[in-house]
Amino acid sequence: MAEPQRARPKPTPETQHFWDGTKAGELRLQRCDACAHVYFPPRPFCPSCASRKVSIFKASGKGFLYSYVINHRPAAPGFTPPYAIAVVELAEGPRMMSNIIDCPQTPEALELDMKLEVAFQELDDKITLPVFRPAKG
Amino acid sequence: MRSNQVAVVGAAETTELGVVPNASQLQLHADAALNAIADAGLKLSDIDGFATAVETPQQVCHYLGIKPTWVDGTSVGGCSFMLHVRHAAAAIEAGLCKTVLITHAESGKSMIGKLPRSTPADSLNGQFEAPYGVYGPPSMFPIPVLRFMKTYGITHEQLASVAVVQREWAARNPRAMMKDPITVADVLNSRMIAYPFRLLQCCLVTDGGGALILTSADRARDFPRKPVYIMGTGESVETPMVSQMETFNSSRAFKTAGPLAFKEAGIAHKDVDHLMIYDAFAHLPLFGLGDLGFMPHEETGKFIADGNTRPGAKLPLNTNGGGLSYQESVRQMRGIAPAQVPNAKISVCHGVGGMFAASGTIVFTNER
Repeated sequence: MAEPQRARPKPTPETQHFWDGTKAGELRLQRCDACAHVYFPPRPFCPSCASRKVSIFKASGKGFLYSYVINHRPAAPGFTPPYAIAVVELAEGPRMMSNIIDCPQTPEALELDMKLEVAFQELDDKITLPVFRPAKG
Repeated sequence: MRSNQVAVVGAAETTELGVVPNASQLQLHADAALNAIADAGLKLSDIDGFATAVETPQQVCHYLGIKPTWVDGTSVGGCSFMLHVRHAAAAIEAGLCKTVLITHAESGKSMIGKLPRSTPADSLNGQFEAPYGVYGPPSMFPIPVLRFMKTYGITHEQLASVAVVQREWAARNPRAMMKDPITVADVLNSRMIAYPFRLLQCCLVTDGGGALILTSADRARDFPRKPVYIMGTGESVETPMVSQMETFNSSRAFKTAGPLAFKEAGIAHKDVDHLMIYDAFAHLPLFGLGDLGFMPHEETGKFIADGNTRPGAKLPLNTNGGGLSYQESVRQMRGIAPAQVPNAKISVCHGVGGMFAASGTIVFTNER
């Protein structure tokens, strides 16, 4: 039997640009042309003012650690516990769930508000996941 | 909606609670329903309104042999049944039906006839949460906790005390699954599940369920049980993705539903004699106490750790030891709870659905 695999996202027409972005090494967000609201997850209209005029842009990839758990059990397929499931607040405002790489998965190392930067983890030829690592400097 | 126009006239849990390997989830619905119908002194044919969640209304109605003229299948997680109470009260007041049955059941432990839960890979949760290793409620529900603790200065010991105090209440409930006393140290030394939460800060998984029957307050006088009136209600939803909550310092759904119910009931916090806050994980009572406006969030951890929600204390909270919350509110208002709060006249029951995805609040009273 094959090793159990980590859950793979399947893009929809509304999210395809996001997954195209991560594959190209970019974290893409959307901004409303009418009210300037920046939002995530992707959708072709502004959840703040309902305008359908929105633009896709490359985010800075910078953020900070907003909160997390270190999951021990049960572990999701494809994960070796303990591993942190984090929520990152991006410099542009939105938050997203992620994992923190290049960092011990311990409460001591994972300090709330620590600065993070995006990194990209290729799962297969279709999907590259945005993850985060402690920011340098 | 006007206060006290609709009343609970039947309420019952399943015949067995805990581990029930001899019944499917659907049969647990039926068992709770039949017990509630008997409690109300009704016949099945008297039921003309029906609501349930997870299972569909058509599934349970057909199984029971109910022919409803009003149904509600609102399914927003654990608090769905509290939203059903609100919707049923409005439907009865509007004349859409006269007698509503609400059923809830879960074969959570034995997993017999339990519907599969799945997160499609092309859903938003499937794309933006599942790939990061969330796997069941224990890995998701506590995600806001560390931020909440940092913002308000809540300690690990205070969060552990939530489980300790609830166990004191559970010891008084003959139907509780776990009755042995525990200490803060026991909680903090129990097996790690998802830091910062350990085993004793996560809810039990059980088999069982409950059912309620509601009718107009005018008719309620003719029923065998003391009527429990719906004094105020509130509901809301926020997001199915815990990562997308507006803030981890409170729940927007709680902050919407709670005040709506208090306002409709026309009560202040000091009027509340008895309180139930759905307690799937240890942080929920803290969010609840703060978001419902009982006190600033900063004070919630200390309030519980200092024993203010214990048996005999000023704000009796989760007096059955937790779970099946509105059944306990109804028992308290009928005056028949195993750990009865003396002279309790107003009970607030507050529920959560999903991982802070939804919320429902009901204010019950036994005085009209």
